Amino acid sequence: MLKKRLAALAAFFTTTVLGSSIAMAQAPEEWQMGFQDAHSPTMEKIVSFNDVLLWLCIVFSVFIMGLMAYILFRFSRKRNPVPQKFSHNSLIEVLWTVIPVIVLVIIAIPSFRLLYYMDRTTEAEMTIKAIGHQWYWSYEYPELGEDFTFDAFMLAEDELEEGQLRMLETDESVVVPVDTNIRLLVTADDVLHAWTIPSFGIKIDAVPGRINEGWFRVDAEGIYYGQCSELCGREHAFMPIRVKAVSKEAYAEWVVYAKEEFASNDSDEDLSVARLASAD
Amino acid sequence: MGYSETGHDAHHTPRGITRWLYSTNHKDIGTMYLVFAIIMGVVGAALSILMRTELSEPGMQIFGDNPHYFNVFVTAHGLIMVFFFVMPAFIGGMGNWMVPLMIGAPDMAFPRMNNISFWLLVPAAALLVGSLFVPSTAGGATGVGGGWTIYAPLSTSGQPGPAMDMAIFALHLAGASSILGAINFITTILNMRAPGMTLHKMPLFSWSILVTAFLLLLSLPVLAGAITMLLTDRNVGTTFFDPAGGGDPVLFQHLFWFFGHPEVYILVLPGFGIASHIVSTFSRKPVFGYLGMAYAMVAIGFVGFVVWAHHMYTVGLDVNTRAYFIAATMVIAVPTGIKIFSWLATMWGGSIELKTPLLWVLGFIFLFTVGGVTGIVLSNAGVDIALHDTYYVVGHFHYTMSIGAAFLIFAGFYYWFGKMSGRQYPEILGKIHFFISFIGVNMTFFPMHFLGAAGMPRRVPDYPDAFAGWNMIASIGSYISAVGILLFIFIVFYTLLKGKKCEANPWGEGADTLEWTVDSPAPFHTHEEMPRIR
Repeated sequence: MLKKRLAALAAFFTTTVLGSSIAMAQAPEEWQMGFQDAHSPTMEKIVSFNDVLLWLCIVFSVFIMGLMAYILFRFSRKRNPVPQKFSHNSLIEVLWTVIPVIVLVIIAIPSFRLLYYMDRTTEAEMTIKAIGHQWYWSYEYPELGEDFTFDAFMLAEDELEEGQLRMLETDESVVVPVDTNIRLLVTADDVLHAWTIPSFGIKIDAVPGRINEGWFRVDAEGIYYGQCSELCGREHAFMPIRVKAVSKEAYAEWVVYAKEEFASNDSDEDLSVARLASAD
Repeated sequence: MGYSETGHDAHHTPRGITRWLYSTNHKDIGTMYLVFAIIMGVVGAALSILMRTELSEPGMQIFGDNPHYFNVFVTAHGLIMVFFFVMPAFIGGMGNWMVPLMIGAPDMAFPRMNNISFWLLVPAAALLVGSLFVPSTAGGATGVGGGWTIYAPLSTSGQPGPAMDMAIFALHLAGASSILGAINFITTILNMRAPGMTLHKMPLFSWSILVTAFLLLLSLPVLAGAITMLLTDRNVGTTFFDPAGGGDPVLFQHLFWFFGHPEVYILVLPGFGIASHIVSTFSRKPVFGYLGMAYAMVAIGFVGFVVWAHHMYTVGLDVNTRAYFIAATMVIAVPTGIKIFSWLATMWGGSIELKTPLLWVLGFIFLFTVGGVTGIVLSNAGVDIALHDTYYVVGHFHYTMSIGAAFLIFAGFYYWFGKMSGRQYPEILGKIHFFISFIGVNMTFFPMHFLGAAGMPRRVPDYPDAFAGWNMIASIGSYISAVGILLFIFIVFYTLLKGKKCEANPWGEGADTLEWTVDSPAPFHTHEEMPRIR
């Protein structure tokens, strides 16, 4: 009996605490204070640069707060009944101009490096297109066929299964292979939208009449979530993005299935509705 | 050296419609602006309390029937606070009241145009509030739901009903009001200073209004153009922002933010001027580095015109363009830092009395610093990719606006209310108001940085369950802030009815600008003979 219990505990421990890569879901957590875990090179760099900035912010704010506290104590009317009259000090005025400039230059160097790094799509191995609509995303995988397209609608609360996340799940996922440089092309069909996955450090506005490009490279299998990030009307909060990163082998298998399932799709409204009705 | 109002000459103080509807008196017009601002500020705050109530828990509580109305509240809250609270309070209210008094002028250069600047705001507000009840969406829901930024195409093809057109007209009127006011202030300040008051002897509040007026004059016409282009896209068949006709939605963003960024400095610069006066008064010490302070404001205003695209880092701008805007935006930190340090240096060595106006300014100095450093974070386009359109941005601008600008509005109000009304507020109540608000606003807006970093988007009435914790804290903070606002209303009425009579200068030797040389309440006419400045 004890052995059985220990075995069950071990299984529970393994899957939930250590986390199996298949069950890994990258989503926000309660009381979270910082960025979600980075799973693409750009986000790793954003996180480490932001760590530097955050420390600068904290140090500077604490410095000002401390200075103010000291001033209010030391120069209160009680402790300093006769005010001094000075209103100039050339040295300090020069210092407090030059030092901030130096700090800003120090910030600018890694900032520019990050900007130029994230802008270049390094040797893309595949391309996915995301098109924003009111109020869902549609995706095309041009390399898998001219007519390859599917829509992704948010799952309503009553459609969710046990353990699924409210407001984040969609009926179709954007399936991608891990360790692959993926070029993302984004546009919109009606009004502005924006595609993002916080964990990848990618956010691209979907602008009608314009194709914007970004890239990401997922380093671990799992589910990744994002939400539309440009006000687009009444259901702006309800058109999330769900990316499913799988091994390259699993991706190849999915491609076979997907070509069958989606290649004859042309995002016809009726077909979408019919598919939704038959989805679980 | 007060000027007596009685035993006066040929004309007497007008009454009724002549006095208020046809006013040509900078003090009365300032008073009307302040009353208007307080009323609209309460409306804007009420909208935000309802928004925070919706957001206090996951799921849809109030706006479930149609989330469009949440967007309407978001939009109305922003437009009202910007155009009908902060600007009228600082510029129309305190600017009108104090600038002529401070520079020794009997009134503004164009007293009648001053009046129309105020009264234009009434139909502007009426149109905006009216738009809430007029159809907007294709489905027939009412009210504009595009955010205060009203980006196309959501504001063109996305909301075909007349509500958006009404809102555009509201902004036309409010913009005209401010442009005329700007002309008035520039002319007054450049031409009507008392003999001996060179620009370099002028009080810093007047400097702040002068710089603000130039920003208004140069940025508002661009907004007017942009929203007129929305109007014609919507009604007359142009396609400025419609790619199907050769247009580009991004063009609207450039035009809007070319106005929008100077606008945020418009919203805070007069407060900087007020902060300098209050710090100096309650430290009994002259402002440190007066010229640096004046020209820092000029620099902020100037550079503020060339940084607009840091609001657009995700639209697909060229990488070199983004690099430029990172650098230009960071530059503004330098003159702003100089001001923060100078206020502290003013207090250093001073003899500080912690009266209510100074408390508000102290709160501002620290919390604006917090807002400023998150602004530095956001200015870096790389990091901004992760934070754009998240609650981190909402936290940033509420720290600088709701805390920065609003604290300074209260500071100026407590500082000058005695001069304007002749009655002094009760000091203990003023301090309680400050402490309640301080706790409330920090509790409301600090958690937003966490929510944004974790990925919560802006302008949403509902969110994934993980965001519930900080949202509840923020909502409770908003209720505390609401208590503060109610206390403020009480303080205003209490002071007017029962406040102790206020002398010409209730603040002592530290208050050395000209407004403290006239009676409290300031007589209907002041400086009928211009003072000579040594």
